Amino acid sequence: MGGIAGTVEAAVATAFREEWGRVVATLIRVTGDWDLAEECAQDAFAKALERWPRDGVPVRPGAWLTTAARNRAIDRLRRKATEATKLVEVAAAMPADRSPDRSDESGVRDDRLRLIFTCCHPALRMDARVALTLRTLAGLTTAEIARAFLVSEATMAKRLVRAKQKIKNAGIPYRVPAAHALPDRLNAVLAVLYLLFNEGYAASSGPNLVRHDLCAEAIRLARLLRQLMPDEPEVGGLTALMLFQDARRPARVDEAGEIVPLEHQDRSRWHRGQIDEGRTILADAERQDRPGPYQLQAAIAARHVIATLAIDTDWAAIAALYARLDRMVPSAVVKLNRAVAVAMADGPDAGLAMVDALDASGELTDYHLLPATRADLLRRLGRHFEAAAAYRTALDLAPTDAERRYLARRLAESGRARADV
Amino acid sequence: MRYLMLVHVDESVDGGPDEVAPWVAEMDGRRIRQFGSRLRPVSDTTTVRVRDGEILLTDGPFAETKEQIGGFDILECSDLDEAIEVAAKHPGAKDGRIEVRPLWEE
Repeated sequence: MGGIAGTVEAAVATAFREEWGRVVATLIRVTGDWDLAEECAQDAFAKALERWPRDGVPVRPGAWLTTAARNRAIDRLRRKATEATKLVEVAAAMPADRSPDRSDESGVRDDRLRLIFTCCHPALRMDARVALTLRTLAGLTTAEIARAFLVSEATMAKRLVRAKQKIKNAGIPYRVPAAHALPDRLNAVLAVLYLLFNEGYAASSGPNLVRHDLCAEAIRLARLLRQLMPDEPEVGGLTALMLFQDARRPARVDEAGEIVPLEHQDRSRWHRGQIDEGRTILADAERQDRPGPYQLQAAIAARHVIATLAIDTDWAAIAALYARLDRMVPSAVVKLNRAVAVAMADGPDAGLAMVDALDASGELTDYHLLPATRADLLRRLGRHFEAAAAYRTALDLAPTDAERRYLARRLAESGRARADV
Repeated sequence: MRYLMLVHVDESVDGGPDEVAPWVAEMDGRRIRQFGSRLRPVSDTTTVRVRDGEILLTDGPFAETKEQIGGFDILECSDLDEAIEVAAKHPGAKDGRIEVRPLWEE
């Protein structure tokens, strides 16, 4: 018996991960009420836990859950006589015999796409976009999101309430933007997903370098978006980029929680499956011949992960890709990365000249990786005294404990090297 | 939905009514702009407060900033996306900034 119950529980858990966003998205469309949609989706999953062990797991769990949630919404609205008009609308919008996903005037296939674009609307604050996406689309609880972003549950709850209020009061529409606005708005969506991923990959603060749940959610949402918008190559670009970066995760931090730089990572610990998936997705995107910043960054990440040994890395190709990226979206961080690639391809002198130019421009004054990179190049040139000074600057600016410990080790090493001279 | 559009611009670089005429013509034509006007400069502004029953007047605007409200429009739009599209077309959006606020209705 325990085995069967366990199987059903697993089926509900799977359905929750795969169907939560769809159920909520559809309920928001038909009720126009975000809170009601979430509550009814929750009730539907609770009902599944109660019914599925007895009746068996339905053939289409998503449809079962959507119907259960819709019925729950009608029940709840029925109890409030004042909302009689709304009830008629809900009943009319979702006749029981019709699939909820097909009643769509704008030709969009899936309500989840409306939900993604609404959650990531640029009229909302970035932190609200991220929280809303995790709550309504990914189904994380408010407590989980609060933990991931190191704020109290009350703060996160308030953030979510405010965001939903603005959507309602400011008239943020629940739909995929028109074609003329789509490129900009899609970029806004991709920015939210990538921020989510980066927040998980290199925690911006706190003791944990990796908060893997956020990476996994970002990748899952990117895969979903790619499925919903197969003709947008940048979606594939971002998906591949995150897969490549995440594939290196197991080798990125050692048992003691210390950072292992790319060149010293045990490449046999990288996720081969994710790398292969990323390469297929990137090739697919590049075939559409509409290059973009995410595809270029993915191409750079690909150059790293396909090298069997660090020494096999094609740094000249990487430097060229960074140059293209810098032309497309000029940025000081891209220039810094380009300098690193140039240093690897043409020697530390060439790279150092570029880093010094960047330093003089004053564009990256508070960014710890600028002095860290300088320090590294100076060390390789045997200029240990200057390297130590640069490591100290980087140490003061580094945002995480793991990064501080890594830089402190490097600083100690350069001290020893200096003593040896 | 109705929105109030506040056009914040630096008065010293205000392009004047000719600059905004095509925008007004378009939005009137689309029946989006219900009402609106350019405003006299802050030098003609009076700020009114009542404290302890006494009327206090100040010559000038509520806040002394480089950009001041140079005009306003009431828009009838289907949603915020349309209001954003309309505001982005206003010449004041290029040099100054435009605040879009929903009217407290219903």
